[in-house]
Amino acid sequence: MLGMIGATMLLALREIRRHLLRSFLTTLGIIIGVAAVITMVTLGRGLTADVQEEISGLGSDVFIVFPQRADPNVPAPPFDDADIRAVENQIAGVEGTAGSVNANATAFHNGQDWTTSVQGADSEFFTAQSIDVVQGRGFNEQEEARGESVCILGPKIAEEIFQADQILGEQMRVGNVSCRVIGVIDERSNSVGGGNDADDVVFMPLKTVQRRFIGDADNVQFFVVKYDPAYQTTVIQQQLIDLLRERRVIQDGEDNNFNIVDTAEINDTVNTITGTMTAVVTMIAAISLLVGGIGIMNIMLVSVTERTREIGIRLAIGALAREVRLQFLTEAVVLCCFGGLIGILLALGLSILLSSAADLPFVFDPVVNVLSFVFSAVMGVIFGYYPAHRASRLDPIDALRHE
Amino acid sequence: MSEPPLIELEGITKTFGEGAAAFQALKGVNLTIDRGDFVAVMGPSGSGKSTTMNILGCLDVPTSGRFRFRGVEVQDLTRDQRSLLRRRYLGFVFQGFNLLARTSALENVELPLLYRGESKKLRREAAERSLDLVGLLPWAHHTPAELSGGQQQRVAIARALVTDPDVLLADEPTGNLDTERSLEIMELLTDLNKTGITILMVTHEEEMAEYAKTIVHFRDGLVERIESGLKNGGSAASASEEHA
Ligand SMILES: Nc1ncnc2c1ncn2[C@@H]1O[C@H](COP(=O)(O)OP(=O)(O)O)[C@@H](O)[C@H]1O
Ligand SMILES: [Mg+2]
Repeated sequence: MLGMIGATMLLALREIRRHLLRSFLTTLGIIIGVAAVITMVTLGRGLTADVQEEISGLGSDVFIVFPQRADPNVPAPPFDDADIRAVENQIAGVEGTAGSVNANATAFHNGQDWTTSVQGADSEFFTAQSIDVVQGRGFNEQEEARGESVCILGPKIAEEIFQADQILGEQMRVGNVSCRVIGVIDERSNSVGGGNDADDVVFMPLKTVQRRFIGDADNVQFFVVKYDPAYQTTVIQQQLIDLLRERRVIQDGEDNNFNIVDTAEINDTVNTITGTMTAVVTMIAAISLLVGGIGIMNIMLVSVTERTREIGIRLAIGALAREVRLQFLTEAVVLCCFGGLIGILLALGLSILLSSAADLPFVFDPVVNVLSFVFSAVMGVIFGYYPAHRASRLDPIDALRHE
Repeated sequence: MSEPPLIELEGITKTFGEGAAAFQALKGVNLTIDRGDFVAVMGPSGSGKSTTMNILGCLDVPTSGRFRFRGVEVQDLTRDQRSLLRRRYLGFVFQGFNLLARTSALENVELPLLYRGESKKLRREAAERSLDLVGLLPWAHHTPAELSGGQQQRVAIARALVTDPDVLLADEPTGNLDTERSLEIMELLTDLNKTGITILMVTHEEEMAEYAKTIVHFRDGLVERIESGLKNGGSAASASEEHA
């Protein structure tokens, strides 16, 4: 039986080679279907990876809370330290909070000046936002408590102002504040608050910026809430909303004058979008595959008719019905597998090309590739079965007489 | 206790079509063939020779009557069971050669062994031996299109022989060949018969029938007359020449 299958495979390959162009055109539907699905899934994976990379700059399992106008004519009041402490102490599941303020400033060093933004943030903020200090160190408790004049630089400003010079321990002036540089952070893809460029920023302890740049020791422009992922985010979020509405004295029926961004929610949204995209393409691909499958069936029926005499000879010398069926089924499956393989290669090329064009990372998904291949083979079985069955039911005498 | 005859036909009828279009091609054929016989089936066109051969070859079943082959009641077998019988005991040679096109002589001869599940090595050896027997080993890798009619029919005979069948059925094997090639084929069949293979052959040429030990005459779907105990390898043998 094994020799039989090997021989059948050989026969199928020979038959496909004999009609190369026809075989190729026949499998076009499958090629397109497979290529479309894999390309779409790969691009979707790339998009997801890209967004996740972006969000990871915002920290994971955190809410970011901003003031936001409810009425376009009334500015939303800022938060203060008491708000943040209340959130941290009164809501179960909140692991920590960290406030931040932000101001524009010009930095001076060695006769150079650079327009940048200065952000007040303590070490909890660094932790919640996954900001890595790659040179020097972060702020210590004393610096934070007293609001000392120390600063940590974003990589861009470090490069622009200091170039190749010694950075750590240097004094630099930011606005009217002279500070000592104690660290440099890693590059980031995204940030909360700050300016347009996450890497163009000067960090100082929250208190320092509140006093020296904002002029209000209590003012918090926004804050992050780190929560325990074991809790339900919707529950924590609702408690957060209730608490802030109460503290900001918002009447029933009035809109919130703040906004809560949930990084997990952004993730979900992206997943939903790519999921929908993939579903749509899968639908199109399914239609393409159906058409492809009918093409396979058609060409196999033609092949059976063309080779009626051959089938007659095989039956006469003692081939069983199932052996003839296996032969034609193998041919259909091999044909479809070739289609699937070409589709996979096409998808590989297309997704590398498209992801580089769209500036997305190329994420190879082995599962979808293997599944597509298996699916192609299954198509061969489904659409090859009827022609193969027809071949196996031929009457040997009639088949031998066939011209 | 003596062995049963190789082939027994009892009251075989065959009707094609139904109702008003029905046509009875065989009207009650009785025939017994012993192991080792060389039978020529003769008769006018349309007398039912091919229909009988198809039944004897287990390719078709009678409408009524009984066909016993090696004691097995063939009319009671399923399609696949008849295939297995053909595969194991029967070899076919057709008027139109019926070789697989674009397939080498060797691969054509190997084909029946493929369905027997023989190993590649054994297939190759047996096919070469069989081709050698019909004198075509040098042409093993030629396709049918590159061979003459006589050579193609020899390949077909090699294919029929490769499984060591008990019976070789040949429906007008020389019908598409000139006299010289035909006589060569008859010589070959005679030699094979001498090795013990039972041969059933349809022909309407006296010259070919002369090689047989038994001649069965058909007329209007019935066996009209049987001549048995004929001298095998008759006068025609001397007329045949080895072709250069
Ligand atoms: N499949 C068929 N359907 C209808 N009639 C058939 C069929 N096969 C043979 N016949 C008829 O049966 C008769 C005997 O045919 P056949 O056995 O082929 O004769 P021959 O002796 O020439 O070989 C002929 O009249 C032929 O037309
Ligand atoms: Mg005939």
